[in-house]
Amino acid sequence: MQVPATFQYARATGVEHAIELLTRYGPEARLVAGGHSLLPMMKLRLAQPEALIDINGLDELTRIRVDGGELAVGAMVRHAGLLASAVVGEHFPVLRDAERMIADPLVRNRGTVGGSLCQADPSEDLSAAFCALRATLVAQGPDGRRVVPVREFFLGPYETVLGEAELLLEVRVPIRSHASAYRKVERRAGDWAVAAAAAVLELSGGVVTEAGIGLTAVGAPRFVAEEAERYLCGGPPDEERFAEAGRVAGEECRPSADQRGPVDYKRHLAAELTVRALRAAAARAQGQEA
Amino acid sequence: MQITVTVNGERYTRGVEPRLLLVHFLRDDLGLTGTHWGCDTSNCGVCAVWLDGAPVKSCTVLAVMADGHEVRTVEGLAHGAELDPVQQGFVACHGLQCGFCTPGMMMTARWLLDHDPDPSEEDIREAVSGQLCRCTGYENIVRSIRWAAEHGGAARPAEEDAGREEVRT
Repeated sequence: MQVPATFQYARATGVEHAIELLTRYGPEARLVAGGHSLLPMMKLRLAQPEALIDINGLDELTRIRVDGGELAVGAMVRHAGLLASAVVGEHFPVLRDAERMIADPLVRNRGTVGGSLCQADPSEDLSAAFCALRATLVAQGPDGRRVVPVREFFLGPYETVLGEAELLLEVRVPIRSHASAYRKVERRAGDWAVAAAAAVLELSGGVVTEAGIGLTAVGAPRFVAEEAERYLCGGPPDEERFAEAGRVAGEECRPSADQRGPVDYKRHLAAELTVRALRAAAARAQGQEA
Repeated sequence: MQITVTVNGERYTRGVEPRLLLVHFLRDDLGLTGTHWGCDTSNCGVCAVWLDGAPVKSCTVLAVMADGHEVRTVEGLAHGAELDPVQQGFVACHGLQCGFCTPGMMMTARWLLDHDPDPSEEDIREAVSGQLCRCTGYENIVRSIRWAAEHGGAARPAEEDAGREEVRT
């Protein structure tokens, strides 16, 4: 039987209270949201927090809103909520694509958007999708609120810029005329990615004016293929350019060999999935479903 | 700490350790052993129960997280002596072999039919994609859920039971 080690448990009643509890319990305390990464790690003693601060009662963080031309997704929005959201599906198909392939419906009923980002698992899907979208994160700590671009949020595997008593409030993404898509290869239904790519294209006059390419599970720094993004800008959104962008993305990422595959296979996947995501995004830009 | 959880409409107050998992609370503290306990790693889904109206894996929820919330288990599926259409479907279509995954499968099936009265085979497979049948009896599980959809399985949410009794009698 897998059971976590003992810990103290406290339930936060609001954002300020959560910060107060984090401050009171100190650096060995952890927030628990959906708990679908943290609790399994605690059972295996990969994590052994002295205190858990439960933020499931923070209803103010469960909303998906459109606010001043931006989509604002509360940190406690469940994966199922993001997947079901009409406004997300309409403006951010990259998020809908990704959510369809995150774990399974039961896990998606519990796991949260904020928890996924703050866990900073190097194979996590939304991290790549939000990085491709150049989202911003709103966090609050004892010193007040701050806004962090998602591309500056991740310091490395399981590590973010959040301070010890800081909590993520929401993810914000500008609603623009871009097209987007997410493509993933997994070993079996509901598994973590062997590799996955998010593509976001802003097009004007037949030219790519801004490109976002997110990669997960392949060691891309901050989940981004920056060289491939730079290459795409200023050129037409065609197959030849997409193939070259894919090749660049496959080269610039830094995958590790593990039970999901060797390095060359993962580079190949990163390249191919980048091309497929770009192709799907371009088709959507032309009003074709892909 | 002391928690109060509503399970199948009944309130239970118990003292628990914070590290107690919901699945063990249901089985060991409340004696509701219909919910099975399998992989412990949120992979197999045999421990699926409803928490506030949606199926979750109860091996990955702390009992204290259910304090003040509503849980529905397989024991809350039948309507008195009458089996839920989902249960009838599993009987009619041989939806179980060893029966280990069955409670979890049926809880997800009930939720699916409450939200989609006429699911396609693909919808059903997606709905139970987080649950494993160690007998690999998936074909008959899918058939059982389709059977329920075709035999009045669509609209039987627990909260409507009272009104429904009148219609039936």
